Amino acid sequence: MSLIRGTGLRKTFGDFVAVDGIDVEVAAGESFGFLGPNGAGKTSTMRMIGATSPVSGGQLRVFGMDPATHAPAIKARLGVVPQTDALDEELRVRENLLVYGRYFGLSREQVRARTGPLLEFAQLTEKTDAVVESLSGGMKRRLTIARALINEPSLLLLDEPTTGLDPQARHVLWDRLFRLKRDGVTLVLTTHYMDEAEQLCDRLVVMDRGRIVAEGSPRSLIAQHASREVLELRFDAADHAERVADVAGIAERVEVLADRLLLYVHDGDGALETVAARGVHPLSALVRRASLEDVFLRLTGRSLVE
Amino acid sequence: MATTSAAPSRRALPFPVALARPAALVERNLRAARHYWLTFVSGFFEPVFYLFAMGVGIGALVGSVEVDGREIPYAVFVAPAMMATSAMNGAVYDSTGNVFYKLKHSKLYRSVLSTPLRPWDIAAGEISWALLRGLIYSAAFLLVAAVAGFVPSWWALLAIPACTLIGLGFAAVGMAATTYMRSWNDMDYVQLAILPMFLFSATFYPLATYPPVLQWVVQATPLYHGVDLVRALTMGDLHAGLLVHVAYLAVFSAFGLWATTRRIGKLLLT
Ligand SMILES: Nc1ncnc2c1ncn2[C@@H]1O[C@H](COP(=O)(O)OP(=O)(O)OP(=O)(O)O)[C@@H](O)[C@H]1O
Ligand SMILES: [Mg+2]
Repeated sequence: MSLIRGTGLRKTFGDFVAVDGIDVEVAAGESFGFLGPNGAGKTSTMRMIGATSPVSGGQLRVFGMDPATHAPAIKARLGVVPQTDALDEELRVRENLLVYGRYFGLSREQVRARTGPLLEFAQLTEKTDAVVESLSGGMKRRLTIARALINEPSLLLLDEPTTGLDPQARHVLWDRLFRLKRDGVTLVLTTHYMDEAEQLCDRLVVMDRGRIVAEGSPRSLIAQHASREVLELRFDAADHAERVADVAGIAERVEVLADRLLLYVHDGDGALETVAARGVHPLSALVRRASLEDVFLRLTGRSLVE
Repeated sequence: MATTSAAPSRRALPFPVALARPAALVERNLRAARHYWLTFVSGFFEPVFYLFAMGVGIGALVGSVEVDGREIPYAVFVAPAMMATSAMNGAVYDSTGNVFYKLKHSKLYRSVLSTPLRPWDIAAGEISWALLRGLIYSAAFLLVAAVAGFVPSWWALLAIPACTLIGLGFAAVGMAATTYMRSWNDMDYVQLAILPMFLFSATFYPLATYPPVLQWVVQATPLYHGVDLVRALTMGDLHAGLLVHVAYLAVFSAFGLWATTRRIGKLLLT
C-alpha cells in the first residue's frame, strides 16, 4: 500500500511557484528522500504531506486520506520533525514528551510508559529533567525525533534531520534512524547531503526549483547520471575552463568548477596515467567514486551545497 | 480533567475528545506555570491592592457616591469595578503577551498544529487557560472584598461567572488582536485600548457624571457592560436590563473566538 501518493502536486505562494507539479509515491516500509538545494521546495512538500499546508493544486493522499478534509486523522498517525527544532522551551526534557503525547489524546499512563524508552532511544536519559535550552544541537534534534515518535507513528517526516550537526552527531542520528527503519517505520526525509541520502534512502527524488529532475535508488541514479569514478584535478589557474583542452578526450564528460575539473571516467587511475602521459601536471589529483553530488551537478549544472 | 482515549476510539467518542484537545493545551500551560508560580501568585495581589488604595484611601475622602438615587459607600461602589477590570486585565495579559511569545518566538503553535489539534483547539485551550486563572483570582478577590465588608449581597456569587464571561470576551478578542501584531512594540496598542477603558468605564465614578454624549460612548465599550453587570450583582440589584450586558459580552466573546480561530489558521497553516 502506498502511504503517500501525490500527483501533479503544486504549492504556490501568491505568484511564486514553490512546488511545480510533482508526482511522488511512497510505499509502507520504504525510506524515501527529497534531495535538493535551498529553495527547491522540499519543506513546502513536506508541510503539505504533514497536512499543515494546504495543497495549491494536484492531488495528495496520505494514508489514503485527503489532508484538506482529514488533517487530524492524518496527523494522529504521523511523526513530524520540522526543519528547525520547535521544542517547548518552557518545559523540561521529559515534559516535552509527556505534553506532546497528550496532544495526541494519549492517556497519562500511556505517555508515561513511553517516555522512558524514548529518552533511552534518544540517548537523553541523563537529561530527563534538564531544561531544553541546556541541550546541545544534536541532543535537541534527538529530542525532537523522540517527541515525534510519542504517538508511535507509522510514517515519520524528517526535514533536514542532520543539518547543522557535527559529523559525530550526524552518525549517531543516522544510527537511530536506521533502527526505526528496521522496526518498519516509513521514513520520508529531505536533505542537501548526498552522503545522507546515500546512507538512509532506498529511493529518492532530486528536486530543483519545485520540480523533480530525477528519481531512483541512490545507486541507479549514480549509474544513470554519473560514471563509475571521478577524477578531480586542481590546476594553478585562475580559470579552470582554460585547462579543459588539456584533458580533452579522456573523460566521458568534464565538469568545470571554480577550483577544479571533474572528469567522469570509468577508471580513475587509468585516466590519471593518461593525463600524466600527456605531460599535463595538475597541482593535485584525486580519484573517488561518483556520488549523488555528481548526479546533482549533472542534472542541474549547479552544486548542491553552495 | 481531560478525558483520555486512545487513538482508535477517537471516532467513537467525539464529544469528550473535542474537549480533550483544548484540555491538553491547558495541561501544557499548567505544567509550564509550575516553573513560574510567582507570576501566578502576583496576579492576585494587583486588584486587591487597588481595592484598598481606592476603596479605603480615596473612599475616606469621597465618602459615598450616589447611584440611581441611592447613597452607597465608595468602597462598595469601587470593589465590583476592580473585580471586573482585573478580569479584563488578567485575560488580556494572558492572551496578548503570552500568546505573542508562543506565536512568534517559541513557535509553540506551529508544533502543536503538527498534532491532531486544530486552530480552534488552540484558541479554546489558551482562552480556557486564561479563564481558569481568572476564575481563581475572581473568587479570591470576592472573598477578600466580602470579608472587608464591601459586598452587601449574596447575589455577588454570580459575579464570579460574570467575570468569567468578561474574561472570555477580552481573552478572545485580545488573542485575535495579538495575531495581527508584528513586534513587541505593537503591544502598546493594547495598553492604549485597555487604559482608557479601565479609567472611564464607570469604574471610579458613576456613569451619570458624564454628559449624555459621552455616556453613549462609554456604554459602547465592553468593560462598561462588565462593570455594570458585576456591580449590580454585588449590590444585589437584579433586573432584566442586565441581560443586555450578558448579551453584549456573549457576542463580543463569540466574535473573538471566531476571529482567533480564523487568524491562527491563516497565519500558521500556510
Ligand atoms: N510562506 C511562504 N511564503 C512565501 N514564499 C515561501 C514560503 N515558504 C516558502 N517559500 C518559498 O518557496 C520556495 C521553496 O521553499 P522551501 O522552504 O520549500 O525550500 P526548501 O527546499 O525546503 O529549502 P531549504 O533547503 O532552504 O530548506 C523558496 O523560494 C521560499 O522562499
Ligand atoms: Mg527546507
